[in-house]
Amino acid sequence: MTDEPLLRVSGLSKFYGSRVGCENVTFDLWPGEVLAVVGESGSGKTTLLNCLSTRLLPSSGTASYRMRDGQFRELYRMSEAERRFLMRTDWGFVHQNPADGLRMTVSAGANVGERLMAVGDRHYGKIRATAVDWLSRVEIDEDRIDDEPRAFSGGMRQRLQIARNLVTGPRLVFMDEPTGGLDVSVQARLLDLLRGLVTDLGLAAIVVTHDLAVARLLSQRMMVMKDGRVVESGLTDRVLDDPRAPYTQLLVSSILQV
Amino acid sequence: MTDIATYNFAYLDEQTKRMIRRAILKGIAIPGYQVPFASREMPMPYGWGTGGVQVTASIIGPDDVLKVIDQGADDTTNAVSIRAFFKKVANVAVTTDTATATIIQTRHRIPEHPLSAGQVLVYQVPIPEPLRFLEPRETETRKMHALEEYGLMHVKLYEDIARHGRIATTYAYPVKVEGRYVMDPSPTPKFDNPKMHRSPALQLFGAGREKRIYAVPPFTDVVSLDFEDHPFEVQTFDQPCALCAAENVYLDEVILDDHGGHMFVCSDTDHCEKRRNAPTSPLWGGRAEGAGGGLDQSTSHSIPTPALRADPPHKGEGKEAQ
Repeated sequence: MTDEPLLRVSGLSKFYGSRVGCENVTFDLWPGEVLAVVGESGSGKTTLLNCLSTRLLPSSGTASYRMRDGQFRELYRMSEAERRFLMRTDWGFVHQNPADGLRMTVSAGANVGERLMAVGDRHYGKIRATAVDWLSRVEIDEDRIDDEPRAFSGGMRQRLQIARNLVTGPRLVFMDEPTGGLDVSVQARLLDLLRGLVTDLGLAAIVVTHDLAVARLLSQRMMVMKDGRVVESGLTDRVLDDPRAPYTQLLVSSILQV
Repeated sequence: MTDIATYNFAYLDEQTKRMIRRAILKGIAIPGYQVPFASREMPMPYGWGTGGVQVTASIIGPDDVLKVIDQGADDTTNAVSIRAFFKKVANVAVTTDTATATIIQTRHRIPEHPLSAGQVLVYQVPIPEPLRFLEPRETETRKMHALEEYGLMHVKLYEDIARHGRIATTYAYPVKVEGRYVMDPSPTPKFDNPKMHRSPALQLFGAGREKRIYAVPPFTDVVSLDFEDHPFEVQTFDQPCALCAAENVYLDEVILDDHGGHMFVCSDTDHCEKRRNAPTSPLWGGRAEGAGGGLDQSTSHSIPTPALRADPPHKGEGKEAQ
């Protein structure tokens, strides 16, 4: 770990006309750190994530990212070509619905290999070997490599999407409800897998979720959002065990006990 | 020719021709880039070469000699009609001879006879966007061209190898032009791709329905995409043309009857006829010369043309003869 953050966000706001998407969000993210953004639907979590991943341009505020050469670059001042290059090499984006992040009509192997080919890999044998390696890391059988993701279950699709994103060795991964829509046993395995990968690869991640259990398992730090504003932030265990803001207290006490 | 006095020379009005020429010039300036143009209604349906006809109409002059081929043949409906069209509306000389033509409008073939400087090859293009079937959004494909994001094109080739063990794309095989734009060479067989590379002739592509024109200027690099361990290859045929015995040319399969009888003959009819009529033809015991032939005395063998034969030609007979 270095003493410099990977991502510096300051005063980030996004307005949809007069409506607030997210307002005045400020935080730093360090390498290898997993930050959870929690809150109810409509609280601005996804808007924030889309702004950070430059899929949306914010109304005001800045975000700078420390590139591999150690220089900070202002994200919203980069050219589109640079941003898209960053997006497919140094970053990953895991969508809630795997169909949004995968090419459903090409094989699993090609899905994993696409990023490699996009950065100039032109050796079929090597691309395929890397794809096989990554499929085994996300617990997909090697003999499924030529199947289309359409033939995969929801959990497998999500794991394939993760493999596709991690194949270029990104340093920062954005996840939007990565376990949404999966049943609990599949969720548990996916969380195990994610936790292992994040630790092994030293990934930094920003995970948007409404599920506090996911946040507790995956993240070290957490931000609670309501109506577009951050109402509380801190270490995950602290926020969940000793919530200070009234809204966080409500959120924590709303967890169903079984 | 009095009955066509109401038409402008070469059918299109002069303003339209200027507009198309501007698009052509831009295309030549940016090899492989698809230039939008205001495609006109032509007296033929889309898919029959409306793009190619507009390009030809814009560049043709009274002194030009026009050749039109359709899948390599000079005598099929499309070729005959377009040739007749320009004979009528531009009163130009027409030919089937590749070497003497100044403008060759083609549907899906490049002639076997090597093209020379000063000739223009006009392609009819149905779908100009090579990324179309991989990424359906035009806004996105334009961005991909602008930012040179061509990883997706290799995804298609990867899929081919994963499914078939080799690159199974046989026509409309994607090429990179002058190291920059990925281009669809129109649905020509990939057999013809190497002929585009550093060709001395100007190559123009017109897509009427899709309203795009693009170009490959003379002596421009045109490289077929491939993988290091699966290099680009052209089709090979295990027998020569059944009519003119040419090897290393592109062959069409012709069905002869309802009992499985068929033969493989040159797709380029002009090339085939020339070889059969030439006094040096191997069919008459002579020595083959010129492009695409390559037969020498020791391997030459005689197969009479079907009209002269009692038995129908059969599959693999070229092999037996060897």
